[in-house]
Amino acid sequence: MRASVVVFPGSNCDRDAAVGLHAVTGHAPDMVWHGDSDMPHSDLIVLPGGFSYGDYLRSGAMAAHSPIMRAVVEQAKRGVTVLGICNGFQVLTETGLLPGVLMRNASLKFICRDVHLRREASTIAFAEAQPELDGVLTMPIAHKDGNYFADDETLDRLEGDGRVVFRYCDENGAVTPDANPNGSQRGIAGICNETGRVIGMMPHPERAIAPILGGSDGLSLLKHLVATLH
Amino acid sequence: MKARVTVTLKSGVLDPQGKAIANALASLGISGVDDVRQGKFIEVSLDETDPARARETVERMCRELLANPIIENYRYELEGA
Repeated sequence: MRASVVVFPGSNCDRDAAVGLHAVTGHAPDMVWHGDSDMPHSDLIVLPGGFSYGDYLRSGAMAAHSPIMRAVVEQAKRGVTVLGICNGFQVLTETGLLPGVLMRNASLKFICRDVHLRREASTIAFAEAQPELDGVLTMPIAHKDGNYFADDETLDRLEGDGRVVFRYCDENGAVTPDANPNGSQRGIAGICNETGRVIGMMPHPERAIAPILGGSDGLSLLKHLVATLH
Repeated sequence: MKARVTVTLKSGVLDPQGKAIANALASLGISGVDDVRQGKFIEVSLDETDPARARETVERMCRELLANPIIENYRYELEGA
């Protein structure tokens, strides 16, 4: 089980992701520079959070065209699991591996705080989830561009195909407008592609991997993701 | 020649920045503003001299990078064509 973390200029959650992946795989992941054009053998590729290329033009737009992303897209098409977290999610939408776009938060504010989220029962990602992923998960968001937007037809298709993975919810698991931190359509916090193997999410599991960080729901999530790859 | 590219949000796509600008205009006492939409202006210098080929190139850069077709429209004009 080998994991890789792609490092773009401006990534700032790559080391956190590496610590989380090391904990759940038992190996330090390969850190892959954006300018490389070859991907080391990986069962899981993580695109980390941060501000790749300073968010120039649009969040994720420059990273989507970096040399390493050609290799990532190729690997994803071969069925390798790809998890994009925050800026990584933005990069996945910009490459077209995931539909929609992450727009400026409705409040126009950068939001950095814990949120609650719920795995959708119907989702094809994390399909054999263990009970620890069934309840309300708590982990931080830290973004200004996390407002998920797609047209209604796309949203209906995502819901119908079990491709909405996570929604923002309150502490009791209810998806309400008040629990939606950024104005995302239908409270969407994470989605996946047709196979469930390319997953994008705005909340940061790698920032919730130990009680001292405020919780370890993110570690459970990473653990489960890795378990499905064995 | 130069290409002047304007990227705008599609109608129907919420523009919170435009709304904030509209509110700021109102607080300046500038009335009569119905709506504000914010976009981007990008100027590209090309070494191409043939307008048809320049259009082809600019179309491609707009489609593939300068605009996100899910939420944005683009238009451009060529100067010196």
